[in-house]
Amino acid sequence: MAEEGSFHIDPISQFAINPLFELNIGGFNLAYTNSSLYMTIAVALIGLFFLIASKHRDLIPNRMQSAAEMAYEGIAGIVRENAGPEGMKYFPLVFAIFFLVLLGNILGMIPGSFTYTSHIIVTLTMAVALFIFITLLGFSIHGTHFLSRFLPPGVPKVMAPMIFLLELFSYLVRPITLAVRLFANMMAGHMVLKVFAYFALGLLTSGSITLMAFGLVPLLVNVALIALELFVAGLQALIFTILTCVYLRDALVIEH
Amino acid sequence: MNEIEVAQLALQGSKALGAGIAMFGAIGAGIGLGLFLGNYVSALARNPGAAGEMGKVLWVGIGVIEAIAIFALSVALINLFV
Repeated sequence: MAEEGSFHIDPISQFAINPLFELNIGGFNLAYTNSSLYMTIAVALIGLFFLIASKHRDLIPNRMQSAAEMAYEGIAGIVRENAGPEGMKYFPLVFAIFFLVLLGNILGMIPGSFTYTSHIIVTLTMAVALFIFITLLGFSIHGTHFLSRFLPPGVPKVMAPMIFLLELFSYLVRPITLAVRLFANMMAGHMVLKVFAYFALGLLTSGSITLMAFGLVPLLVNVALIALELFVAGLQALIFTILTCVYLRDALVIEH
Repeated sequence: MNEIEVAQLALQGSKALGAGIAMFGAIGAGIGLGLFLGNYVSALARNPGAAGEMGKVLWVGIGVIEAIAIFALSVALINLFV
C-alpha cells in the first residue's frame, strides 16, 4: 500500500475475466468473455497469416511466404527431432498448439490486452486434452503393452511395485507441470511488469525532485523486463511444443 | 492504535514475511541454473563443435529450471497482492 494513499498497487485486476455478452444455455454460463475474444483474435490472426502467405506459392518466395515456410520448417524440425519420423503424422496438432500458445503470449504483451495463457484453466485444458489424447494413442498403438513403459526391464522383483508407482506418478503429473509452467510464467511475468509500472508511477508522480529522479530506475527496469517477457513468451511456447513432442514420442515408441 | 489497526498491521507484516519465505524456492533454481550453465560452458570448452546441438538443450533447460523460480515468485506475488 502506498504511503501517500493516492493509489493502491493492484497487479491482479489485469487478469479479470469480463463477459462481453451473456449467454446461458441449460444452466451453463457460456458468456463470450474478453478471454474468448483474444482467443478468437489469435486464431483469426494465425489463419489469416497462413492463408495470405500461402496464396501465391511462388518458387521464389516473397517475405510472408518465407516467414510461413520458416515457421513450418522450424516446427517440423522440432517434431522430427523430438517425436521421431512417426510423429510427423501429428504435425498439424503440434503446429496448431505452438501458434495458439505463442499468439496468446505475444498478444498479452500489447499494453491493455488480455493474456489468455495466464489462466490455469486455459493451459490445463490444453495439457489435459493432450494428455488424454496421447494416452489413448499409446493404448491404441501398443495395446496393453503400453503399460510396460511404467516398468523398465531388469528391475528386481522386490522393487517392481515401487518403481511402477513412481513411473505412473511421474506420468500422471505431466499435464499438471506442463500447464503450471506456462501459466505461472505468464502470470508472474505480467504481475512483475505491473508492480514495476506501479513503482515508476508512484515515484514519478510523487512531486519531489529526488523521488522523481529515482523513479527513472523502475521505468528502465520495466523496459528491460518487457524485453525479457517477449523472450519468455517465445521460449515458453517453444517449451510447451517440445514437451508435447517428447510426450508424443513416449506413446509412439516403447524403448524396450 | 486500536485492536483492528494492530491486526491489519500484523496481517501486512505476515504477508510480506510469507512472500519472503516463499522466495526461498528461488535458491534451488539459482543453484540449479548455476550448475547447468557451468557444465554447459565446460562442455563447450571441451567440444566447441557441439555448440549447435547443445544450444537447443540449453534454452529448454533454462526455461524448465527457471520455471521453478517463477513458481516461487508467483506464490510470493499472490501472497503480497491478492
